[in-house]
Amino acid sequence: MSGTAAKATGAGDAPFLIGDSMTGGYGKGPDILHDCTIAVNPGEIAVIVGPNGAGKSTAMKAVFGMLDVRQGSVRLDGEDITRLSPQDRVVKGMGFVPQTNNIFTSMSVEENLEMGAFIRRDDIAATMEQVYDLFPILREKRKQAAGELSGGQRQQVAVGRALMTRPKVLMLDEPTAGVSPIVMDELFDRIIEVSRTGIPILMVEQNARQALEIADKGYVLVQGRNAFTGTGKDLLADPEVRKSFLGG
Amino acid sequence: MDFLNAIVALSNFVLVPAIAYGSQLALGALGVTLIYGILRFSNFAHGDTMAFGAMITILVTWWMQSAGINLGPLPTALLALPFGILGCVAMLLLTDRLIYRFYREQKAKPVILVIVSMGVMFIMNGIVRFIIGPNDQRFADGERFLISAREFKAMTGLSEGLAIRTSSVITVVVAVIAVALLFWFLNRTRTGKSMRAYSDNEDLALLSGINPERVVMVTWLIVAALATVAGVLYGLDKSFKPFTYFQLLLPIFASAIVGGLGNPLGAITGGFVIAFSEVTITYAWKKVANYVLPESIAPDGLAQLLSTDYKFAVSFVILLIVLLFKPTGLFKGKAV
Repeated sequence: MSGTAAKATGAGDAPFLIGDSMTGGYGKGPDILHDCTIAVNPGEIAVIVGPNGAGKSTAMKAVFGMLDVRQGSVRLDGEDITRLSPQDRVVKGMGFVPQTNNIFTSMSVEENLEMGAFIRRDDIAATMEQVYDLFPILREKRKQAAGELSGGQRQQVAVGRALMTRPKVLMLDEPTAGVSPIVMDELFDRIIEVSRTGIPILMVEQNARQALEIADKGYVLVQGRNAFTGTGKDLLADPEVRKSFLGG
Repeated sequence: MDFLNAIVALSNFVLVPAIAYGSQLALGALGVTLIYGILRFSNFAHGDTMAFGAMITILVTWWMQSAGINLGPLPTALLALPFGILGCVAMLLLTDRLIYRFYREQKAKPVILVIVSMGVMFIMNGIVRFIIGPNDQRFADGERFLISAREFKAMTGLSEGLAIRTSSVITVVVAVIAVALLFWFLNRTRTGKSMRAYSDNEDLALLSGINPERVVMVTWLIVAALATVAGVLYGLDKSFKPFTYFQLLLPIFASAIVGGLGNPLGAITGGFVIAFSEVTITYAWKKVANYVLPESIAPDGLAQLLSTDYKFAVSFVILLIVLLFKPTGLFKGKAV
């Protein structure tokens, strides 16, 4: 990982996905994000951390088009997608895993994956195989209703579902929320594996320390603004960040 | 012999009618439950949708009868059924385009849609009465009985007869085919699965690129088919009278809720639970009791728990019990 971290520091050239100086909020409500910038490149894991209510999820939702970006823009692979609906962004190649309600509980694991690939008209068998290789437990439980699985397995279904479109970028909103520490470590391992396939990953995390450990790039948000930005290592080493967010 | 007679009497007056009625309720409840699961409101216009589909079928049946087209021993209505379904599809899609879509775009609350559906109910009710009249209509033809009571007695030598009406058998056969098709569609096809996904988790379905307008349209198509089939079968088995279909709304909703709203399997189970309760509670058990019980304790009266005039009370009471003790229904449905 230390190799990829070095690459991430070169933030000068245009990133693959960037939410550039975004300012905005929900509906007609007040601005939650203020001039907030978040970007990610292929092979990277970018993590958004910060205290509660800092606008972490909001920043990610802004990138995905779930709230109004009043100033700034979102660009995917050089193309301005600021005005596209979330659905259109999925078609453009963005995979999004919401924090809650991110699986079809009454449907089997296999059906969940099939529904993930709904926009595809070609043969999805190979992609499904890849997802099963990535998450072997899902292959075992593929006929079982997704709602009957454990928290960690559900998250794997959720990530698997998003991978079925063969996205160009994967966005995860607190993938480890509500799972045990052991499961959390396993999920992080899986996420690193997904990232090794070359897909850029942007994720919001509550567990700042663990997340920054696997992050190539970290964004610390405070009240909707970029407070600190750097590689995961740098942020972990930064005394200011340690003092305020990581408990010393 | 007495025991056999009791079983035959029971079959004749309870089992066969309840199975037929249960199938009709199940088909009706399936429509209600699909709309609840996918469009997320209780459609009060469902009884009148059934009446509308049945009416078109009846009109086409009459035309076919006058033109000399028939199915021999089977009722001509079966031949007219596809036309009835088409008419009902047109009606529902038009209603959706003109009325429901407006409220969907407003993201109206389910309770508002319920009131809207009541408005639709009154209008459909009016249209049906305006076209075909408020009275009883006869459209059944073909062979009336598969086995008549007299034939049965001659065949078995029992003193009780078992009459099996063609309409009962057709009801069950058609209901089984319709349900099998529906489940195949929902569980095996891409569109069917997308409907289940949309019903399960609307937001995630949108994120997966499922087009809600298409899901809604397919739902109306299926509901039109189910409602028309249910309406025609009920009309063949009993008789067609617009007001009866309006009244059917209660047992149909009771079936859907007892089974668990939004759950197709529950709707079917609920249909039979309601039908069997209604028939057994309103049946005069004197005859069966006299066969089975020794003379000393055989009942003097009719041994009828409730007059048939009060049969709707049965659905009502079951509905209340379920809502009080198991609001999500027998199968895991959505809480009302």
